Amino acid sequence: MPRDTVSLGVAGARRERLAVLGCDAIGAYSLLRLARGGLDPGIPGQFFMLEVPGRVLPRPMSLSRAPAGELGFLMEPIGVGTRALCSLEPGAGIHVFGPLGNGFDLSVERPLLVAGGIGIAPMPYLAEALGGAPAMLGFRSDHHAEAASLLPGAEVVVEPRLVTELLADDPGDVLACGPEPMLEAVRARVPGAQLAWEAPMACGYGACYGCVVERDGHYVRLCIEGPVLRDAA
Amino acid sequence: MTPILNASGCLDALTAPDVARALDAFVTKTVTPLAREGNPPPRIAETESGMLNSIGLQNPGIDVFVEEHLPRFAALGVPLWVSVGGFSAADFALVCERLDEHDGVDTIELNLSCPNVEEAPETAGELVTAARSATSKPLYAKLSPATWDVAESARAVAAAGADGLSLVNTIRGLALDPVTREPRLARGPGGYSGPALRPIALACVLACAEAVDLPILGMGGIATGRDVRDFVASGASAVALGTILFSDPWAPARVRAELAETTSTENRIRTGQR
Repeated sequence: MPRDTVSLGVAGARRERLAVLGCDAIGAYSLLRLARGGLDPGIPGQFFMLEVPGRVLPRPMSLSRAPAGELGFLMEPIGVGTRALCSLEPGAGIHVFGPLGNGFDLSVERPLLVAGGIGIAPMPYLAEALGGAPAMLGFRSDHHAEAASLLPGAEVVVEPRLVTELLADDPGDVLACGPEPMLEAVRARVPGAQLAWEAPMACGYGACYGCVVERDGHYVRLCIEGPVLRDAA
Repeated sequence: MTPILNASGCLDALTAPDVARALDAFVTKTVTPLAREGNPPPRIAETESGMLNSIGLQNPGIDVFVEEHLPRFAALGVPLWVSVGGFSAADFALVCERLDEHDGVDTIELNLSCPNVEEAPETAGELVTAARSATSKPLYAKLSPATWDVAESARAVAAAGADGLSLVNTIRGLALDPVTREPRLARGPGGYSGPALRPIALACVLACAEAVDLPILGMGGIATGRDVRDFVASGASAVALGTILFSDPWAPARVRAELAETTSTENRIRTGQR
């Protein structure tokens, strides 16, 4: 299907129509499982643009799991796009484009994974790529915290406790994903941390300039410069 | 075959060169005299039938554009259109004059109608006059659909020396957060594009095609070969893809294939050869 399998001149990224294998509830979240097709799962922290049937724009999602022949995306069905994705039936097909952006730098000596809420999404694939790593997770309810089952052995806190309370004075090489206030708190505590940000995104490949974040006084495209960003330590 | 371009601001040939090469010409993001950081985020919001953007003409300014970007665009091997913007007639003249000396620039599109920045005080006709005095390159005037009589604008820019029309730019719209009822874009309103813009754009193309004798680059919600046929039937001689590029980067090749298929099917039906 040459029309459905195309390169962009973006390294490694392809766009292909993938079959839905299923969507499993994990606490308050859902894991959408797709047949991998010819797509490369990429580096943990990279993302894919998922077509949402009936909507104008695709949705950016970081890869959660990459078992053989599959791509798994963990999401919280709270908006029109995520709800539509989570209601896809097995056998349906959606166009998926990726992997895109810059993932985590895996050449770290003492990795520590830190995630808040749906920020857990890239962590299972990241832990696997690192050959296992300690993890700290924060959630807003016990129901949400059921997703911790994706990272066996992780330390888990539920609000009002915050995941940043668990950070030791010398926490090691922090790789974090979560809501903006959490990432800002991690950045303040661990200046050299690798942080996976998110932003509303129309295209995912640098075309729209919609997803900018401020870096060093300038707006840069998160889809091209990120989504994993790292300040000089 | 109808030429297929991208709408300005809907593709970066430097991050997706293969997509740019699939087009009959690549149109740059709008360039202004000075560098612009653009508007604060959030800058985009999807709606039921389209999307809003408020980028605010983020660009490196004409100096960096000419020195760093232009050589890389020229190396793509695709005809190059440069979109020019500004906040006065002098701005438009300055950027056009700088581009005039570069052979790599085939056509200049004047962005007379960005809904996300302050407008120049001059009329569209006066802005085209200023640009015309600064360059001999072909000038396309990009007009807004948000006017009672777009044909009047078309006649004015034609009289001022425009060589073609780009129809249409986005139209200003607003979307609110369902919980807070605050605007979803940091700047408030944004430019509305996508499927909902298509009928509006078609009406503008038709009105201008009847009013002036200029080639028209049609755009606004084009997503399929059938859409291209509609624009051509309304008076467009070329088309540009915008919002569809965000969801389908390979739309140029797909739309071109659909166009060939639709054209041959319609011809068979017309000639009775089913």
